[in-house]
Amino acid sequence: MVACNCGCDDELTKQLDKIIDPYRGNPGGLIQVLTKAQNLVGYLPKWVQIQIAEGLGVSLQEVFGVITFYAFFSLIPRGRHKISVCAGTACYVKGTKMVLKTLRELLDIKPGQTTPDSRFTLEQVRCIGACGLAPAMIIDGKDVHGRLEPEIIPGVLEQYA
Amino acid sequence: MINLTIDNQKVAVEAGTTILEAARKVGVKIPTLCYLKDLNVIGACRICMVEVQGARTFIPSCVAPVAEGMVVRTNTPAVIAARKLVLELILSDHPMECLTCLRNQNCELQDLAKEFGITEVRFDGAKTEYPIDDSSPSIIRDPRKCVLCRRCMSVCTNVQTVQALCAENRGFDTLIAPAFNEKLANMECVNCGQCSLVCPTGAIVERDDTAKVWAALADPKKHVVVQTAPATRVQLGEAVGAEPGSIFTGQMVAGLRRLGFDKVFDTDFTADLTILEEGNELLQRVTTGGTLPMITSCSPGWIKFCEHFYPDLLAHLSTCKSPQQMFGALAKTYYAKKAGIDPADIYCVSIMPCTAKKYECRRPEMNSSGYQDVDVVLTSRELGRMFIQAGLDTTNLPEEEYDEPLGISTGAGEIFGASGGVMEAALRTVYEVVTGQTLENIDFEVCRGLTGVKEATVQVGDLSVKVAITNGLGNARKVLDKIRAGEADYHFIEVMCCPGGCIGGGGSPIPTNTEIRLKRIDATYTEDERMVLRKSHENPAVTALYEEFLEKPLGHKSHELLHTHYTPRGVNK
Amino acid sequence: MKSLDELAKIKESRRAALKIREGVPSATEKAHVMMCGGAGCISSKCLEVVDAMKEALSKNGIAEQVQIILTGCMGPCDMGPVAIVYPDATFYRRLKPKDAEAIVEEHIMKGNLVQRLLYRAPGAKEPTPKVTDIDLFAKQKKIVLRNNFYIDPTSIEDYIANDGYAALGKALTQMQPAEIIEEVKKSGLRGRGGAGFSTGMKWGFTAAASGSPKYVVCNGDEGDPGAFMDRSVLEGDPHSVIEGMAICGRAIGAEQGYVYVRAEYPLAIERLDYAIQKARENGLLGKDILGTGFNFDIEIRIGAGAFVCGEETALLTSIEGKRGEPRPRPPFPANAGVWGKPTVLNNVETWANIPEIILKGAAAYAAIGTEKSKGTKVFALAGRINNTGIIEVPMGTTLREIVFEIGGGIPRKKAFKAVQTGGPSGGCIPADYLDTPVDYDSLGALGAIMGSGGMIVLDEDSCMVDIAKFFLDFVVDESCGKCSPCRIGTKRMYEILDNISKGKGKEGDIELLVELATTIKATALCGLGQTAPNPVLSTIRYFRKEYEEHIRDKKCACNVCELEE
Ligand SMILES: Cc1cc2nc3c(=O)[nH]c(=O)nc-3n(C[C@H](O)[C@H](O)[C@H](O)COP(=O)(O)O)c2cc1C
Ligand code: SF4
Ligand code: SF4
Ligand code: SF4
Ligand code: SF4
Ligand code: FES
Ligand code: FES
Repeated sequence: MVACNCGCDDELTKQLDKIIDPYRGNPGGLIQVLTKAQNLVGYLPKWVQIQIAEGLGVSLQEVFGVITFYAFFSLIPRGRHKISVCAGTACYVKGTKMVLKTLRELLDIKPGQTTPDSRFTLEQVRCIGACGLAPAMIIDGKDVHGRLEPEIIPGVLEQYA
Repeated sequence: MINLTIDNQKVAVEAGTTILEAARKVGVKIPTLCYLKDLNVIGACRICMVEVQGARTFIPSCVAPVAEGMVVRTNTPAVIAARKLVLELILSDHPMECLTCLRNQNCELQDLAKEFGITEVRFDGAKTEYPIDDSSPSIIRDPRKCVLCRRCMSVCTNVQTVQALCAENRGFDTLIAPAFNEKLANMECVNCGQCSLVCPTGAIVERDDTAKVWAALADPKKHVVVQTAPATRVQLGEAVGAEPGSIFTGQMVAGLRRLGFDKVFDTDFTADLTILEEGNELLQRVTTGGTLPMITSCSPGWIKFCEHFYPDLLAHLSTCKSPQQMFGALAKTYYAKKAGIDPADIYCVSIMPCTAKKYECRRPEMNSSGYQDVDVVLTSRELGRMFIQAGLDTTNLPEEEYDEPLGISTGAGEIFGASGGVMEAALRTVYEVVTGQTLENIDFEVCRGLTGVKEATVQVGDLSVKVAITNGLGNARKVLDKIRAGEADYHFIEVMCCPGGCIGGGGSPIPTNTEIRLKRIDATYTEDERMVLRKSHENPAVTALYEEFLEKPLGHKSHELLHTHYTPRGVNK
Repeated sequence: MKSLDELAKIKESRRAALKIREGVPSATEKAHVMMCGGAGCISSKCLEVVDAMKEALSKNGIAEQVQIILTGCMGPCDMGPVAIVYPDATFYRRLKPKDAEAIVEEHIMKGNLVQRLLYRAPGAKEPTPKVTDIDLFAKQKKIVLRNNFYIDPTSIEDYIANDGYAALGKALTQMQPAEIIEEVKKSGLRGRGGAGFSTGMKWGFTAAASGSPKYVVCNGDEGDPGAFMDRSVLEGDPHSVIEGMAICGRAIGAEQGYVYVRAEYPLAIERLDYAIQKARENGLLGKDILGTGFNFDIEIRIGAGAFVCGEETALLTSIEGKRGEPRPRPPFPANAGVWGKPTVLNNVETWANIPEIILKGAAAYAAIGTEKSKGTKVFALAGRINNTGIIEVPMGTTLREIVFEIGGGIPRKKAFKAVQTGGPSGGCIPADYLDTPVDYDSLGALGAIMGSGGMIVLDEDSCMVDIAKFFLDFVVDESCGKCSPCRIGTKRMYEILDNISKGKGKEGDIELLVELATTIKATALCGLGQTAPNPVLSTIRYFRKEYEEHIRDKKCACNVCELEE
């Protein structure tokens, strides 16, 4: 294969092709492929989108339109750990604002941003289904941390290098 | 039949009819904005809401089918108030720059604002702020003026199958644009301008090049010549306010002279020339085993489409330039020499129904005269504007004739403007050239009309010539896929980029819809019938051109000036 | 599994093994510890408690005689981690790893309950050890959550033991499709996803629709940002949803189902995926189910973060891999759903009701609830309330019973102000209406909606302008942007509210909000826009004074809004 300069990566390209294979020529698989591709690459750069568009037989426009519709997909690289602060109703009523304020102070970034050392990406999400533990946040899509208070947040962050 | 009541009138319509269509049948007009019959029926703008007895909410008449016993009220105070508020909301996210907008007085949004008597917008919140994209030589996008009706996207995706535009982001941030909000010039956009034709507002417009032409006309050193495309005759009337289907050939010529053009020539002349070159190319391919089917190449949007999406089929394209580019090349060589004018001083203007021609004239290979062959292309809409600026009473101008020699043409050249016209013109000539006999009935009805893909087999001497004609790129795709699959046994295919052919080109007067296209097509064939000469090879000026300059079709000079090559471009590059 | 007999055999043998969970001491086993493995308890670190308990069991050499089972959410998430120890059905709460030893060595080995871990009703001196005696549970009626105390969600045998797949067996062998639909109609079951449309009628339309194949879809998008009922069902009893869908497949003649689950629910996805796999392995999904010749299978589709995808037409479009933008109805999914084919789409909770209706009969189901709202409803109680978590009550239970009896009232002696139901589509109900029975029609009459079951309790410190702004902010964010009233109208409403909350409101703003709200409701394309103004309208209706204070006096009595000088 000829090396190109679009930022793609040979090894990743091959793995991405494996993800695409079961859906080749089948536009209906777009969201599933994008989900897996983002898990593989971490985000969805243009070369990934083009490879998917060509694999599934849809236009780049179609792919981009879908990516920018769904909050889960990201066009930019993200930190090693994703902090999703729940901004659902129960959490809001019980202190989402406090959690966000504390995190902003600790990390010096706003929701949607990534720390300069690429350690954390901060985002707001709508209800993680842990309303009983409000206010809550979820890290890396799986670890729920509930009943948050300003004092315990630094300790939580320490668990993620 | 379904029976319903609309504003107390009883109506019976077929099942599946929308409330909107049913209302139109009984003369009840319901305002619309996003709706475009058959093309964009998505119920997005919510301007067409009506009251239906028993319904929880108002009902969008453009998408809602009628139902038996339905009781519809289209103009209750509540309905009017709701429409007005929705409109006010749309305007609250609109720049309202009517005075400096190309669509001023020809804008569906402005019309609505007028109809509803909007005098105030009570909301002063955030507005859509995306940059203007003026990268394209053909069209300019201003997302601030976009009402997100998605008509452009529907046309680009479903009719043209280019898919240069998509809906991006969501909610208030929604944007209709190429992926990554990429500039159109870097896209697979074929510059067809169909999007500008359907846009209800000034969010997609043609690039206005009238200033360049005014400047050239003002320059005493320039010898400014103009060519007018076949379809412009049946469009210009509309551009200055006449009824669709009006034929304005003579008035247009007169108007152009009054604007100060030094010579008023006709693209129909080079259309006739195209037939001789292309007809001979076809015969050559047939007899020497060249690539078949051969496909016409006079539609620049189609050429770019083929370069992007079917680069493997480029060898099927006729090498003939489009008539406009043949004209440009001859204007700055043959005509310059004949008239004794330095080609450097000739400024060559085209009046076209087409935005893609603006792109075509800038292609680097289009300078075989040693200069840029065509300097600037104006669409019918732009010329209409110039006439109005100049204060011409175009409708009442005395009709005038084109200048010689590049203004002499036949009915065959004229019908290039309608889908099937190139094929019909070619058949008229090829038949006589091959058989040496006079064609009895020169009207090839099978070639005419709006059908997406037309097919015919014509007996020309010993040869059964199998032809196909497509209009709209989505239809071209169907035939191209057949060629790719090896299932097409045609000899010759005519492809026109725009639905209906050039009479429905992206530079046509707005509105352009099916009904209006049909009227322009009728007018085109009327013009053809009115001509004395109706076969390209009978054009005396073309004969003279060969004798004096080109020598013979497909000769050396022809190759230099009238033929071209293509560039494989691919997608996502 | 190729026949009903085999199903019955599995049931019998498993049932015997589970007698202990019905309170019958076992000769071979000392205890079953049902540890709540719901998302709430997992984040309260219940897994560490499980580890500690396993260690304590091994240390005492009784690991073989005690089963530890991770269940779905048991309800009282606020008290998590919680556990029930059978056969005595002792309920323990707020467990820490260090408590494991006590439970093992005192309770399981010696039969002495660990007093300090037991539940105490507010104000009560004595604890209530037995789960069935606890007022919080006693007032509930469990149909949807029938299995949550009893089964291991990863064990299909457990599910079968508690009558699982018996309804499917009945539907396949003893009922005609039309009878199934008739039964569901007669049960009075209305969709639990919010709109409350008759489930039986929906199935009837789809069965009658021409076009094939037909599809069955489960809506597990659960987008209301204050609701987690569906998550609990999927995590705690995934087979009940699978069984309900298969029954519908039989009723309408569909062979393929999809479950659309939001990406934010990884555990629900994992459990459901596992359950589907097990159902296939056991011949309860796939070809020739139970030897009856009926084929049915299910695929999971994972949402990618868009609230509007809970709307049915958007969800169907999203399943097809596209932008989840709603489209006008008609055509309804019953006629043109996934891939343009007739489709039944129901909510997770709706599906979980189906096996019970088919097995026990419509009449038994219809005996519960009110005249027009039958059966039970699951709610997610949260906000300023003592017992947050999941509850299931008969339709018609009053708000007062829910908030004060089951929910234990408001913490820190604060005054109750309102309860918000239906999330961004719903409204606030003030104290005056606490005796309203909770059913579709009563809530609708108050300007709120049943919604999917999110119930957020607000106390005297909650500012209603702020709450309205919170929901508007949510819909502005989640509007798909297709239709103008919602795309621009909700944005304008938000901007006006934002100004009010910052002390920049003007006279006339309330009227302008009402005008916008009324028009958006009447003109928006989908349910999102049509209901988006509800939180504003209902707070204006009941708490207009608060708006006026913000606008005229530039003050927020609750001190929530940050007013600019
Ligand atoms: C904006 C919006 C969001 C919705 N979200 C959900 C949802 O998360 N879950 C759900 O079951 N239904 C949701 N619905 C309702 C569905 O459109 C649909 O009515 C329901 O899933 C049908 O199932 P049911 O009849 O069992 O309630 C939503 C509707 C709207 C308009
Ligand atoms: S698009 Fe229409 S309404 Fe908008 S500025 Fe132009 S003319 Fe005016
Ligand atoms: S000019 Fe034609 S190809 Fe380009 S965006 Fe418009 S419709 Fe699409
Ligand atoms: S650019 Fe024009 S046609 Fe396209 S969505 Fe916007 S307003 Fe509609
Ligand atoms: S109401 Fe809102 S969410 Fe629904 S279609 Fe319109 S813009 Fe989209
Ligand atoms: S014209 Fe009907 S919704 Fe736009
Ligand atoms: S998660 Fe354990 S009780 Fe809800």
